[in-house]
Amino acid sequence: MPTKGDHGVFIHRQSAHCESGSTSNLLLNYGIDASEPLVFGIGSGIFFGYFPFLKVQGMPAITYRSAPGRILKNTARRLGIRFEKFTFKNPEKAMDALDEIVDKGIPVGLQAGVYWLPYFPDALRFHFNAHTLIVYGRNGDGYRISDPVFDEPVTCSRKDLMKARFAEGMLAPKGKMYYLSDVRGKGDIPGAIKKGIKEACRLMVKTHVPIIGTGGIRWFGKALRWWPQKYGERKAILYLGHAIRMQEEIGTGGGGFRLMYAAFLHEAAQTMGDDRLLEMSKRMTAIGDRWREFALHAARICKNRSAAGDNFDLLSDIILDCSEQERCLFSDLSETVR
Amino acid sequence: MEKKDVPQDHGIFGQWHAICYVTDENGEYVRTTSSGWEPTNIANGIAWEFINEELAEVAEKVKKAELSPLAYYMKKHLMDVKMLSRYSGFASWRVKRHLKHRVFTGLSDATLQRYAAVFNITPEQMKDIP
Repeated sequence: MPTKGDHGVFIHRQSAHCESGSTSNLLLNYGIDASEPLVFGIGSGIFFGYFPFLKVQGMPAITYRSAPGRILKNTARRLGIRFEKFTFKNPEKAMDALDEIVDKGIPVGLQAGVYWLPYFPDALRFHFNAHTLIVYGRNGDGYRISDPVFDEPVTCSRKDLMKARFAEGMLAPKGKMYYLSDVRGKGDIPGAIKKGIKEACRLMVKTHVPIIGTGGIRWFGKALRWWPQKYGERKAILYLGHAIRMQEEIGTGGGGFRLMYAAFLHEAAQTMGDDRLLEMSKRMTAIGDRWREFALHAARICKNRSAAGDNFDLLSDIILDCSEQERCLFSDLSETVR
Repeated sequence: MEKKDVPQDHGIFGQWHAICYVTDENGEYVRTTSSGWEPTNIANGIAWEFINEELAEVAEKVKKAELSPLAYYMKKHLMDVKMLSRYSGFASWRVKRHLKHRVFTGLSDATLQRYAAVFNITPEQMKDIP
């Protein structure tokens, strides 16, 4: 068992996204310097899914990333790193188990509900249960936490942390915790990058499931046109705000993770010495900027409360354009890693 | 997005910052920080506006004794009956009953205590709304 991470010593590197960030930070503290975009790419974090029948606090679920836990699992498998994972039924036992491992000086990753984390800004305290953070030490009642999306490490009391670990609702964490147990991995970065890109391409363009991947983006774009008629003006505005938040607010690095993926492709091009990936990176950046353009127009509509049909037509056109561009990009990308 | 275009629209993050991945003048990707972006601030504001509107409606109903204070605290903490049932350990149908003013007034202190613990307030505070 590695003994890295003396009490209260942990290198905190702020990240855009919680899961890729905490995975990257854990690796960094074991001497493997893999940047956040690299982890995001190797872990095949990029995705799109539109699930209108699944409601998140009454709003249609839209996701720009793969399911929680996938990035860590994929990255570990592809780099040959092992981790131990636990879930609990009893909150007290879950905290005692955490204490035991943290007291050995091992940094521990936790899944937590942001609603109960007091250090979060009030404006962001919704019932979002798939947040990931790292506990690296404790001092009496206070736990030292490296929350990757914050500028610096924070402190949280036992009571609050316990509540956050046992948040209820969608994606309930059930006290989930994990730590790296064997980091002697093969460390075959180019191979891992290839596998990461392959899976991302498969999910984005090869699944034949109409609501995920680039097909899902098209579905979303088409559906968007009818939102004002279907849900009424008030709800259409609310849902649109929700779409912007999913894309920009919750630690995506901008453009619904697209800009982070472009950064990954840029890094991958240098690692693999493949200029085609550099070209892909530029195209991905343009797509990310297009998504941001969508957010900009959508926010204007939200602000002016003008849910007229032609406004939504414009948004729909942007999304359909994103869908088409991403379909071409991921098709070309899959050629480069054959 | 280029580094020079990174928005710095202070808002929902408070004292904190977000990380963005952008290109610098040589086309290289770099990490940089942003204190926020106006569209995100607007979208977040919309979400809270709707929540607060609904909360005000519930508060009105509590004052008219159509709903119990429990309904107010449930809404305030962005929960629905199912979620409150999971947190409190009471079955959904019991939570639903407790939302009625008449039923709520007869609840024992032990029951109130269980709800109060979910919301991090005292049982005394549970009996009324601010």
